[in-house]
Amino acid sequence: MAKHPVSLKVNGDEYDLLVEPRKTLLAVLRDTIGLTGTKEGCSTGDCGACTVIVDGKAVTSCMVLGVTASEKQITTIEGLASDGELHPVQQAFINTGGYQCGFCTPGFIMASKALLDENPDRTEEEFRHALGGNICRCTGYTKILEAILNAAEEVRTSA
Amino acid sequence: MKGFEFFEPTTLAEASRLFAQEHAQLLAGGTDLVIGMKALTETPQSVISLQKISGLAGVTTEADGSISVGAMTKVREIELSADIQKHHTALAEGAAEIGSIQIRNLATIGGNIAHASPAADTVAGLLVADAQVDIASADGERTVSIDELFTGPGQTVLTPGEIITRFRLPNPASGSHYIKHKIREVMDLAFIGVAAAVNLDNGTITDARIGLAAVAPTPIRATEAENLLRGNELTAELLEQAGEAAAAASSPISDLRCSAEHRKEMVDVLTRRTLQEAVARA
Repeated sequence: MAKHPVSLKVNGDEYDLLVEPRKTLLAVLRDTIGLTGTKEGCSTGDCGACTVIVDGKAVTSCMVLGVTASEKQITTIEGLASDGELHPVQQAFINTGGYQCGFCTPGFIMASKALLDENPDRTEEEFRHALGGNICRCTGYTKILEAILNAAEEVRTSA
Repeated sequence: MKGFEFFEPTTLAEASRLFAQEHAQLLAGGTDLVIGMKALTETPQSVISLQKISGLAGVTTEADGSISVGAMTKVREIELSADIQKHHTALAEGAAEIGSIQIRNLATIGGNIAHASPAADTVAGLLVADAQVDIASADGERTVSIDELFTGPGQTVLTPGEIITRFRLPNPASGSHYIKHKIREVMDLAFIGVAAAVNLDNGTITDARIGLAAVAPTPIRATEAENLLRGNELTAELLEQAGEAAAAASSPISDLRCSAEHRKEMVDVLTRRTLQEAVARA
């Protein structure tokens, strides 16, 4: 099947690629570009491990065909830190120990980042509900939630 | 996933021509199709993306006050639209019940409806809004009422090459509500979906519309129950009669998620609950 020219704009870098239509955005990011921070969990959109931000919106990249992501602005976990400074969500996960094996962490961080960009002024219950698309199989979510609430507090006070 | 030819037409006519060919599938948000292609339950030879066709996405309020929702509108946008929250609350609530935020940022209302699952979360809200479905093909356009769109599970009146372009919502409710009967808070399929919409005049129900999902081969309106309600005030007795009439209109199946008996009983309960809430909001 014919490959399609795709211009992916990932973390501020541009990649001009020839992509097979059946490749998901997740596969292109990991296998073609080599950005393996984004994880493949269930591969059916249920676990959220593959969450990246496309044009400001958190999406499960395992459900997106790479050929449809051309010219869109994509942010992955590798693009969150700027000038050596971690994003407040990343720092909060470290401070609280919001992970065990770490496999779900990039997805949780990207989903949380998008939520904070949209509205950091959410209750604990609202954050829980909004992160329902991300699954962690190690923890009891307590430290993850604590990390997000701390990051939200920091974003609110620094705004 | 099997290989396929990928097309990104920029006009509806071109998309329709491509879609009319054998083994072609439309790609809207991809949340059903891509998963189906991975599972090999969908093995199209060509996939036609609709995302480069302008004018298919967005919520607009027309000059006559009615609301129009493009088929490529993300369900997250519908959930957050102030106009839909106000005039078609049941639709906004249904949109908010789909998957996760990540999925709702991808999934479109056109895909949710064209997929024709009897359990689709936006369908009950569209039913009670009397939604008119605009359909385009290379031959022209036609409009079908939402309650005439479905012919069976996964089946619609759409013919090869026909593409849903827009949902027009002519009938704003003074109060409406959607309840999804489910086990999980998020990321679940509806056991049952019930929407109720009412218009009130001094406490009298001037119009009532009840939409039922996942309790019949297609989504349905509970017209008997609606007829009982019109012209009356909502008394406890009338509420009970409406619930029973809605349950009688349903013909659910038993599956691994719940029994037909439970579904039928719960249609009664949920019809009463959605009606009460719709009236309280009106």
